[in-house]
Parts: sequence; structure tokens; C-alpha cells
Amino acid sequence: MQVRGMGGNAAGGSAKLVVDHATKHYQTRSGVVHALEDYSMTVAEGELVCVLGPSGCGKSTLLWAMAGLHSLTSGEVRLDGEPVTRPHPAIGMVFQEANLLPWRSLIKNVQLPFELKGLKPEAYRERIDRLLARVGLKGFESKYPRELSGGMQQRASIVRSLSVDPSLLLMDEPFGALDAFTRDEMNLLLQEIWLETGKTIVFVTHNIAEAVFLADRIMVMSPRPGRLTNIFAIDLPRPRPLEVTARPHFFELVGEIKASIDHGAGAKADVELV
Amino acid sequence: MDSQLRDQIPSFAKPAKDDQAVAITNLSALTSALGGIRTWAEIGLIALVAVVIVGGTEVLLRVLEVPHYIMPTPSQIAGALIRDFHLIAPHIGVTLTELVVGFAIGASVGFVLAAVITQFPLVEKIVAPYILLLVTTPMLALVPLLILRFGFGLEPRIIAVALASGPMVMINSATGFRRVDLAKIALARSFGASTLQIFLKIRIPMALPMVIVGLMIGSIFGLLTAVGAEMVGGSSGLGNRLAYYSSLIQMPQFFACILVLATIGISIYVLFFWIGKRWASWEA
Repeated sequence: MQVRGMGGNAAGGSAKLVVDHATKHYQTRSGVVHALEDYSMTVAEGELVCVLGPSGCGKSTLLWAMAGLHSLTSGEVRLDGEPVTRPHPAIGMVFQEANLLPWRSLIKNVQLPFELKGLKPEAYRERIDRLLARVGLKGFESKYPRELSGGMQQRASIVRSLSVDPSLLLMDEPFGALDAFTRDEMNLLLQEIWLETGKTIVFVTHNIAEAVFLADRIMVMSPRPGRLTNIFAIDLPRPRPLEVTARPHFFELVGEIKASIDHGAGAKADVELV
Repeated sequence: MDSQLRDQIPSFAKPAKDDQAVAITNLSALTSALGGIRTWAEIGLIALVAVVIVGGTEVLLRVLEVPHYIMPTPSQIAGALIRDFHLIAPHIGVTLTELVVGFAIGASVGFVLAAVITQFPLVEKIVAPYILLLVTTPMLALVPLLILRFGFGLEPRIIAVALASGPMVMINSATGFRRVDLAKIALARSFGASTLQIFLKIRIPMALPMVIVGLMIGSIFGLLTAVGAEMVGGSSGLGNRLAYYSSLIQMPQFFACILVLATIGISIYVLFFWIGKRWASWEA
């Protein structure tokens, strides 16, 4: 089940996203930080890949580079064969802690991408309504972010990204700030949306159980410099019910990944087990 | 803007609390004063205390037979205000004109400068000492000089008001514009936002609460400066009337002018309180 080596491809599907020898160094007051070192991977069309690693291992740096939000020191990211050097309309990004604009109501937050793209949000009203209803936010359109729970805020943020119909969704520890129950609920919802829409998703997390529950494949990263150390293919059948997380096979997978991180990184890795 | 983001570590750590910067001009004192009134009992109590204070002052001044040139009674002040309002009214117009025109100029320049300067850290460092100079120096001190140059008309006062209010609007707006939330800017960029769009849809709304605070303080400083400038020279405006009535020892009229000034000041305060409530309430 464990696929060793860099840039291992999933069986079948064509390459949607390719990260080709990505290296990112940046300057801080205390010197040069090697955030990402010669990182390569391929994500197949319609695949759900989790990038797993401890805090500060360069996961976010990698994701921001994939989104075209910052440049790489060397190497490149290609979407459908085209290099990504700037934000791309086919790429949707879901940020940590929802990242809603507090001065806008929920509906105005969801309409933001349309405004920025010079489109009339009213013309997409039906699509937005359908998505809001899908994630259970119908009736909350006029609420402000501070009036919504963390889970609702993150659901709104997902709707905001999906509303412009990207083919690739990048998610940067989106559920990290949520409590365990809400997180389970969100993971289940994300799996459903993914199965319904067939979007390609790259999901960054430091939570092993979350990665095992969601992923087709898990890319394990080592910290400083961020390198790809292991790739795990997760063979749990879909759709995965929450109960799967209580089965022995699930624990085996989590344990195996945990062990690989402990050995691979040498030092103790502060990765959440559950 | 691009370069600012490009080499930042993607970090979503909560931005440092700005409470310190806002504390001197916190709107919460106002909120509790204006927004906290809920029941008729509370309103009744507030009215009762006001009646006791005004009535008590009236009784005390009468009982102690304090001469009106030292301290007129509330009823004398009210009488003067009603009787001589037609004499005071044109001067209210003069003061308000100076205030509105001077503030409009000062606030516009202050806001634009804050928006521009905060985008260039080096420029901000170079300009900062001069802004501090303008904020801390009483602009009233320049009025005699301005009168020499511009005469006894409205111009020197309008300039003084602009000079007093502009820097106040600027430093507070600059504090607002300095609050950069990289995650929100990255969000806008991920949807293909231009620099102008990021400015209009992210930076300005984020700065708005502090801009409103700046406008409130700036306008109050403008009022103080307008009245002060009128006392220094010229023959019109409420400040001029204060000097005029006190020289004639017409204390009821003098206090009537003060009452009008207090009303203007409170109106400004309330106006910006409501603006803040409407446009900046998300930051509570």
C-alpha cells in the first residue's frame, strides 16, 4: 500500500496538477529559511490528495505556490500542463479559519469572487443558493460572520470557493480551528461534495486521522526543509462513513503513517494522532 | 503589493491586537453612553438626575445670591438664548462654515495621505516626524500669522481648522491602513483581484473603523480650533461672541454661546457614533 519514491502517480487518471522540483527559500530576520526543498508530486484529475506534515513543515508554502500566490525559488507548478505563476480562475482556495470578511454578510462574502471578477452575482444566484442549501446555510444569508459558528463560517468559505466553479480546490488546514465533532462533520461534508462534483482537491493538514479519512493518497512531508518523505495510498472504500474511523484497519493505517513520520523525521514530530 | 505578499511566509497567525492603538479613541465609551439605554426606567432616571442638577444649580445660585456676572442661573441663560438667538444665529453659521469647509479639506487630505503613505514604509518613516509635529503643535498658535497673511476673513480660520483636523484624521487613518491582514489580501488575490480592487474591497473596509475614529477626533479638534481662531481675531463667529459678551460682562449671553458650542460638539460626536455603528460595527 505504501508507494515509495517522489512524484508517484495515482493509478489511471491523467495529471491535473504537477509540482515539479519545487524549492522555496525565504529571507527572515534570523536568516534564510528553507521552507520547501525539491518537492515533486503529481495529482490526478478528480483525486483527493492530502499533504500531511507537522506545523511549520512548509505545507502552506507549498499550497500557496500551487495557488500562484507566491513564487518559487526554483521549480514550477503546472495545472493541466500550463505553468501556474499567478492566481488562476480554475483554482479555488479555502483558507485556515474561514477567512471571511467580517464587514460583509454571508451572502456578500459568497458574492465577493464575482465582484472581483467583474461578474454580476445576481446572474449566479441560483448556483449560490443551491450551494448554500447543500451545506445547510440556507436562511443565514444576511448573517454576519461573527453571528455564525466556526463550522458555519468554514462552510460559507467553501461555498465561496466552489461558487466560481474551480476545477482544483486547494484547502489549507481548513478545519484545524474547529472542535473534533464539527471537524468530523465537515470532513464528511467535504467527502460528499467531492464525490458529487468530482473536483480535484489538495488538502493540507497536520492531523493523520483526518488525512486517512479523506485522502486517496497522503503525501507525508518532513519539516525544515519541507521534503516529500512518503506517499501512502489509502484503500478504504468510498463513501467512507464516520464509523470507518473506529475500525481496526483505520487505526493500522494511522499507526503506520505515524511510525513512518517518527522514523522518517528522526526527531519527534508533533503531528496530531486524532 | 505583490512583492509584499510574494516573500511573506504564509502565516495565518492572528494579527497582533490593535486594541492598544484604538484604546485612546475607543468608541466603546460612547457605545455604553448612547447604545446602552434600554428601559423607560433608565431614561426616567437619567432625566431626573438632569433636572436635579439644573434645578439644584438654579436654586443654589439664587439662595447664595451669586451675581449674574460671576455665574448666571440656568433660567437666565435659557432666557438669553431665546431672547438673543437672532443675534447669535449668524455667528453659528460662520463657525459651522469654517468648521465644515476646513474639516472637509483637512480630512480629505489627511485620508488620502494616510492611504498613500502607508503603502510605502520608507515614505511613512520620512513623513512621520512632520505629522507628529502637526498633531502635537496647537494650530491656534499659527492663527496670528495666518491673519497677517490672509486678513480677518474666514480664510485664516478655515486654514487653521484644516491644519488641526487633517493630521488627526491622518494618524488614525494610517493606523487603520497599517492593519494588513495577509490572509484577506491573499483571498482577494486568489480570485484574481487587482491592486485597486484589493485597496477598495479589503484595505479601505479594514481601515474604516479607525478612519471614523479619526474623523470624529479631527472634527472635534476642528471645532476647538475654529472657536479659538475666532477669539484671536475677526468680528464674527461664536468664539468672537464669547470674547465680545465677556468683555461686556453679559454672562447669560456668554453662557448661551457656550451652550450652542456644546450642542455642536455633542452633535458631531453623535453623528460619528451613528456612522461608526452603521459602517464599523463589525469590529465590536
